[in-house]
Order: sequence, then structure tokens, then C-alpha cells
Amino acid sequence: MKIAVCVKQVPDTADIKWTENNTIQREGLESIINPFDMYALETALKLKDREQNVNITTLTMGPPQAEEIIRKAISLGIDDGFVVTDKKFAGADTAATGRTLAAAIKEKIKEVDLILCGQFATDGDTAQTGPAISVNLNYPVITYVKEILSVENNIATVKKEVEDGTEILKVKLPAVLCMLKCDYEPRRPLIKGFKNAQKAEIKFYGLNDIGLEVEQVGIKGSPTYVSKAFRPEQKQGGEIFVPDNADDAVNKILEALNG
Amino acid sequence: MAKGILIYAQTDRNGILQNVVLELAKTAQDLSQKLDNCEINAILFTDGTNLEENKNILSKNGFNKVYIANSLKLKQYSTEYYSKITVDLIKNITPEIFLIGATTQGRELAPVVATTLNTGLTADCTKLDINEKGQLASTRPTFGGNLMATILCKNYPQMATVRPKVLKKAENEIIKNTEFIELDFDLSTIEKHVELVEFIENKQLADVRIDEAEIIVAGGKGMKNQQGFELLQELAQVLGGSVGASRGAVDMKLADSSIQVGQTGKTVVPKIYIACGISGAIQHTVGMSGSDKIIAINKDKNAPIFKVADVGIVGDVFEILPKLINKLKG
Repeated sequence: MKIAVCVKQVPDTADIKWTENNTIQREGLESIINPFDMYALETALKLKDREQNVNITTLTMGPPQAEEIIRKAISLGIDDGFVVTDKKFAGADTAATGRTLAAAIKEKIKEVDLILCGQFATDGDTAQTGPAISVNLNYPVITYVKEILSVENNIATVKKEVEDGTEILKVKLPAVLCMLKCDYEPRRPLIKGFKNAQKAEIKFYGLNDIGLEVEQVGIKGSPTYVSKAFRPEQKQGGEIFVPDNADDAVNKILEALNG
Repeated sequence: MAKGILIYAQTDRNGILQNVVLELAKTAQDLSQKLDNCEINAILFTDGTNLEENKNILSKNGFNKVYIANSLKLKQYSTEYYSKITVDLIKNITPEIFLIGATTQGRELAPVVATTLNTGLTADCTKLDINEKGQLASTRPTFGGNLMATILCKNYPQMATVRPKVLKKAENEIIKNTEFIELDFDLSTIEKHVELVEFIENKQLADVRIDEAEIIVAGGKGMKNQQGFELLQELAQVLGGSVGASRGAVDMKLADSSIQVGQTGKTVVPKIYIACGISGAIQHTVGMSGSDKIIAINKDKNAPIFKVADVGIVGDVFEILPKLINKLKG
């Protein structure tokens, strides 16, 4: 079974500082693999642990530095990976990103059974790239996936979390699955993994390698664009009470509940 | 030429129209004031259950036309069926705007429809407006609410998913002589790859769903053990609210991950959020700082949760909560 895992490099939320112009202070900012993508990677690795002949490729679209997160994924046990990178990809919205990643998968991985993505990216939070990839490849998609229960005879059985409970769904492969936070935690790399990551050859593919035209990618290929970005008024903490006893505290809370 | 606003009239498992549809209807009314001759229409999928009631509600919420896809095969939501029928309708009636609730269903359906139509989609918006050029201006939070972005779309229909409970529904009925149009479609031509095997209702959520709760009582590591969470459950029950949890509490197996609030969990916007024994790391606060009123109880007076709390109480949850529950039961 061939699995592709799409990952995104995002700034560490705990670390974000803002400039006066409402842009993110990139200097010294730690970049991490999007937390939801870590669950997608772990889910793929779990399948590899329990099934024979599973091969996993991870890919990301981003600047050349995104190579770092591909190496990180390899250190966890992913077989190989590549970066889809080109200045012409800049400014892509989810439609253009989905089209670009789908083209890269089609051209560079070819036969794929399962594509895993994180449900959300913690920076953009759109949850649209996974479904966009699926439409471009003409594969079915299931979002909000909590767990892959089994993969048998080209059919995956998955748990999907919805507002009122859990759905068990069967999907014919190939398919795109978008992973939520799972009930298991992503593994940590072993020494062997670090060594593999160091010596892995990471490929870089640009526009010419993936069979798309310049009008289909980046800002030109994006039907949406940001007209304005602003920071909302930051909430100021209210008063902090240090009550004399629990009754005082209770009264304060009741006041707040009724007010 | 693209004209009018189309709304996805989502129903739940029992055929009940979702509140977000009425919120979208009111917003569409406001938007239509700034557009010429703008009709407000809906697409409704049904197997017939509750159909008359839904038609009645839609006609009191200002819809000009409701396109109805009626088939027993549409009882269960299917992205493959629903997206195909929606795409065909949009190609036929060419709306300039298509709005969908940002529910788990809407956030799967919308990007599939948008990608198929090669148009733009803005996710999980909290505000919609029409700009001076007559374009849909969709505003949404990014970076967990730290940055707001207003996004425009070059193609038609201009699409947006809209976060439930943020926009208000109409206070008064807007009665229209709504035209109901049965859609013609052929499901046999659609290859279906996804099948529902089973639905398991989450009993913990059954009373008050966390995404719909007006009051959320949430606990963190400071709730220490199962008994701590039972206290929260009791308080939530007295208040008619729902229980939430921080990631720390979920990791300690004190709560199910389906009620986790924050970065890798849910974003909630209740009227009142009571944070008990939650330190308030940014990964948690991005999921709840939009609540109308935040009350925090924590032993540590330096806990970062107090920076977002409207009312902060420095104290022991195990002393305070039982007394609070008693008093409320009073």
C-alpha cells in the first residue's frame, strides 16, 4: 500500500509575536509540523506497523526551508519525502494549493492508495486543502477522521467525529482522509530515525516538474485574495479576586453569572 | 450573469433544519440590501422527513425560492450525492453568492463544491459584508483569532462557510410567498465510494452539545481526577450547560477528546465559559477567548487564564465548586 501524507510548516502558536503592521514577526520564530499533520503522519506509521508492504511518502508545499519538516517526518519513520517549491507558488489560496499538491502527487508518486492530511492547519485553519486535493484527483474524501479502523481489500473503514457523535464509514480507495487529533499521540524519533533523516535525499520539485501552467498556481491560480488583515481588539483581563473564603468566591461567581 | 444568494439549508439526522440556516438567511437579507434585485434562495436535501415543517420555516425566513432534492437515497448525508446535485443547480441558476454553515458537514461539502466549480471559498467566516464594488467581503479569524482577514473572491459564485452561532437570526418573521421547486436528478450516474456503516450517538453530548451550549463548564489538569470532572458535570447540569476540557485533562484521560477546547480541539463561543483548574496556555485560549464572559477559577494567581478572564477567582476548585453547586440548587 502506498500512502502520501501532506504536511505543512506552521509557526509555533505559543511563539508568535506580532509586528506593528500586523504581520508575524518571522525572525527567530520556531517552525513546526502542523500539529494535525503530526496525527496524519502517526496514523500512516501505525498502518505501516501493522500491515505488510506499506510505503509512505510525505510532501509539503512551501519555501525550500520546508525541507526541515520533511526530514523531521523521515526521522519518525516515514520512508521518503519531497518539497514542492517554486516562487510562482507564492500567494496560493486553498484552491491553488490543493491543485498544486494534487498535481505533485499525480506526477511524482503516481500510484497512491491513501492520501492523509491534517484536518486543519493551525495558522490558516481553513480545512479546505484536503478536500481540494481530492476533487483534483477525482478521489473521494472524508474529513474529521478520528481513526482508521482497518484497510482491507482496497476498502478503508474509518471513524469520523461529527457534532452529535461518531460515524463509521467505509470508503473505496484511493481516497483522501483528513485527520483530527487522534486518541493516540505522535511518536518521537529514535536515534536510527535521526540518522535516516540526515542521510535522506530530499527532492525539490517546481512548476515545470508537476505539469501545471503558471496561471493555475500561486496568486494567479487563486480565486480568493486577502483584501485586508487586522488584529482584533485584544481582550484585557478583568479583575482578579482573592476571596477570603470559599463562600466569598461563590458569591463572586454568582454575581458574575447573573450580571 | 450571476445573480442572487443561495443558501445550503442543512438539516440534521432527524430532518430538523439547523439554526445556522436561519442565521445565514438573516445575513443574506442584510447583504441583499446592498445588491440589485437580489433573490435569496435555498437548496434543501430531504427524504421527506419533516419536509412540510421545514418548508414552513423557510417561507417565514425570507426565502424567495427553495430548490428541493427529494429522495430516500438522500436521507443520509453523502458528499458525493449532495455535491453533484448542488453543482448542477449552481451551474443552472448561477448565484453570485453561495453560503454554507461551517459545520462538519458544511466544511466537507463546501470545498468539494468550490473546487469542482473552480471558484473561491472562504472558510469559517464570522462576518460577511458587501464592499463598495458589490463583492462579498468575508471576514474570518486566523492564527486562532489573533489575526482577522477580509477575503474577496474573483469568480462566481463567491462562496463562504459561516461559523454557527456568531451571526444572529431574524427577530421577526420575514414572510415570503416562497416558491418550492422540486429538482430533477439522476443518482444512478454518480459513483458512490463512501458508505455509512453505523452512527454512534455520543451520550455524553446528548443533553447539551458543546458547540451549541450557552454555558460551558471546562476543566483542566487542576481538576485532578474523575471526581473533579463529576463536579463539573454536576455544575453544568444545574446551569443547563455542557462540559469542556483542556488538552491537559484529555491527556490525563479525565475527559473524552470530543469535548477538548483549543487548538487541536474545538473552538467555542458560549455566553459564559467557566474555566476550572485550567492554567490557560495559548493553545487553550485560542479555542475559547471569543466567549462573551469568561470566569476563571485557579489556585495560581499568576495563571495565564486570568489574562483572558473577565472575572478571575484565585482559589481551590474543590472547595468552591461544591458550595457553588449547592447554592445554585438552593
